[in-house]
Amino acid sequence: MLQYILKRFAQLVPVILGIILLTFILMYIVPGDPVLSMVGERYDEETLELLREQFHLNDPLWKQFGHYLWGLAHGDLGVSFVSQKPVTDMILERFPATMLLAVGAMVVSILLGISVGIISSIKPHSWIDRTSMGFALIGVSAPVFWVGLLLVIGARYVGWPYLTGYGCLPYLILPAITLGTRSAAFLARVTRANMLEVLSQDYVRTAKAKGLSNFIVVTKHALKNTLIPVITIIGVDFGSYLSGAVLTESIFNWPGIGRLALTAILKRDFPVIQGAVLVTALVFVTANFVVDILYGVIDPRIRVQKESNAR
Amino acid sequence: MRGSITQETLRQLRKNKTALFGLFLVALLVFTGVFAPFVAPHNPYKADLDISLQPPSTQYWLGTDEEGRDVLSRIIYGARISLKVGIIASSISLMIGALLGLIAGFFRGWIETIIMRFTDVMFGFPALLFMIGITAAVPRPSIEVAMLAIGLVSWPGMARIMRSQVLTVVDREYVIAARSLGYSKLRIIFRHVLPNSLAPVVVAFTMSIAGAVMAEASLSFIGLGAQPPEPSWGSMIAFGRVHLRGEWWISVFPGIAIALMVIGFNLFGEGLRDALDPTMRSKTK
Repeated sequence: MLQYILKRFAQLVPVILGIILLTFILMYIVPGDPVLSMVGERYDEETLELLREQFHLNDPLWKQFGHYLWGLAHGDLGVSFVSQKPVTDMILERFPATMLLAVGAMVVSILLGISVGIISSIKPHSWIDRTSMGFALIGVSAPVFWVGLLLVIGARYVGWPYLTGYGCLPYLILPAITLGTRSAAFLARVTRANMLEVLSQDYVRTAKAKGLSNFIVVTKHALKNTLIPVITIIGVDFGSYLSGAVLTESIFNWPGIGRLALTAILKRDFPVIQGAVLVTALVFVTANFVVDILYGVIDPRIRVQKESNAR
Repeated sequence: MRGSITQETLRQLRKNKTALFGLFLVALLVFTGVFAPFVAPHNPYKADLDISLQPPSTQYWLGTDEEGRDVLSRIIYGARISLKVGIIASSISLMIGALLGLIAGFFRGWIETIIMRFTDVMFGFPALLFMIGITAAVPRPSIEVAMLAIGLVSWPGMARIMRSQVLTVVDREYVIAARSLGYSKLRIIFRHVLPNSLAPVVVAFTMSIAGAVMAEASLSFIGLGAQPPEPSWGSMIAFGRVHLRGEWWISVFPGIAIALMVIGFNLFGEGLRDALDPTMRSKTK
């Protein structure tokens, strides 16, 4: 097991280094002088030069990258061009909000997705199954921001007061449903498909033949074996929530990393963009890493298979 | 041989009602997009403030927007933008992904390691943020830039699929035979490996159109895709945002159009996958 974890970790390191390098290069090749966007319309050459010196923009590329890496190792992501605040602080400030949103979305997708999937699989091709799978198809195909706007329309209609804002839990409900809908729909489809496969297995037939009730068979025998692939999806989705949060956060004025990144991009505030993209990408690959490890813990077959596949 | 595969695929597709429904949706949207000038009841660009914010009626089926433009006509013209972006962006990612996957799977060794690690890195990036970053980096956002950004970001899945397919194909008898006959590598790649590796990539391509349509809508929603007065579905939803209190139709109907197009390409793609290879049967069915 330890060997498996180490091997996966060894694969993770170059990916993370690659992500750091790529975010750095991307910001470097962006056209336009970042210093110009910082000072705005009125400027004199002297201030520009001073600022360039301050942000090490006159150094050769490799030196800048070294400087960037050195900062990263010390948890320093640079200083915002716009607000002049340290990027690390700005991101740490917003991180809890995004995490809260992601956890909320995960709860929505697990509760809704798995239960709908199970209900659908118990009576396949019944009208319940067809309706819920129809909704699941729409949920997978509808744009996140549109779902969010529909929710706002609906919430206004019924007079729900917590539309956009942050601070108390009710404000979380609409954004969490918005962000969680897509993966709930996807999860429902996968849960159903896996349940159907498991329900046709011999051990389920044996359990039924023993005279166990349908409820026990579904919850104790089938569900456990269905959950393995479902857990992977939950984990991978969790990583992608951080990226998907850009749209959801901007609709609901949620003060998270997504909205921070979006405003930074529109203001061409490069250190902030760099930091937000880097943090989001790191969380994403780490989530995938954790899922892989969990997967190996839950199902020894995977571990053995992956070990023999690894080159 | 190839003819029989195509025939078998078509036969399988015809039996699959869900896939046919997807194909029907795609065909319908392509038709309305191509023949938009004949299908649309009104001029999608013509503003008329006298009839602004009209609710759906017999004259304006889906209502009018703030500037008095017919929502239905704009949705019909918007199909053109979505299809154009979907197909071109997916073609870009197909070319990049298929080429890299082909090289990695055929040559193996350090080339493969570098390409696949690079793919892993790209996979790790938050896709939408990456696309937003590219479109924001250029001085003026446009639909062409959005198209390019979507294509440049979406290829890693394609590369992975292509590589794993190539890996199984290079060990087949006909490739070994071609090698032992002393054919050049280029000939083996383009005559034997590539044609026999294409099936799963075609499926991925169909589905990536759905993804690209969604991505374009997201970018246009933020204002980094199609620019006004272009009737992109994403920007129509964005402009309707301020009217959510009363005039819901401006935002709601373009969203339905997006969902229909995405459903169409996804269902058709899933059907194609099942038809091309029964062992790859979709798990989400």
